[in-house]
Amino acid sequence: MMLLSSISEILQCELFSGKEQFNLPIEFGCASDLMSDVLAFSQSGALLLTGLVNIQTIQTAHIAEINAVIFVRGKKPDSKMIALATEKKIPLLGTRFSMYEACGILYKTGLVPTMECLKCEGDNG
Amino acid sequence: MDNTFLQTFKIQGGNIYNAGKASTEIKAILKQLGINAKIVRRVAIASYEAEMNVVMYAKQATLKFEVSPSQISITVEDEGPGIPDVGLAMQEGYSTATPEMREMGFGAGMGLPNIKKNSDYLKIESILGKGTKVTITLNVN
Repeated sequence: MMLLSSISEILQCELFSGKEQFNLPIEFGCASDLMSDVLAFSQSGALLLTGLVNIQTIQTAHIAEINAVIFVRGKKPDSKMIALATEKKIPLLGTRFSMYEACGILYKTGLVPTMECLKCEGDNG
Repeated sequence: MDNTFLQTFKIQGGNIYNAGKASTEIKAILKQLGINAKIVRRVAIASYEAEMNVVMYAKQATLKFEVSPSQISITVEDEGPGIPDVGLAMQEGYSTATPEMREMGFGAGMGLPNIKKNSDYLKIESILGKGTKVTITLNVN
């Protein structure tokens, strides 16, 4: 388990929304640009790292009960995304690291993955 | 909860930016009704994928959301092209999505398999050139 604030510090994040949830405990991490994969393989309470920056990223995060979203490679959400994320209480952050680097850093720090497709297949749900 | 709850939503095809509004509302209603959190998440995911399918492929649809003491059901009936081969569409990875749909993070051939995974009962009836009816049911207990 890690605090979102610690993750933000490690990945040198910019905070776009959700300052109130900055001390949220994060139990799992997942990463994908495919929202259907997030819906299929993530767990409630996970952190999502993604390079996909559009309104459906926020809708998916809300439906899949993602606790926080970090956009990789310096991508930034627009005002509509920030407004929806604020309404749904989903913190949005951004890092300059690539998806590969960001995942590697967090994995090394000990953040548990959720998207273990082979392991969870058949018993997820 | 003793009574059956019923609500109908209209879903407009084409506007990918609005997709998810019905499912968001359904999720909030189920939470309010005190349904188990794991079931709420499964219903929301199945409903959202069904909604995305309408937005991506159909002209419009009616989503009927029903909660009884024993079951939650979502029936999405669309006016659309229909599915030529339902068996093929159920295969993970099979997709007829456009580049625009893929840019939004969908259309990777996971929609129907995802709905199946998150439901206890799934029925797909489709007539080519007319539309598709998807019935999703989950047991409450």
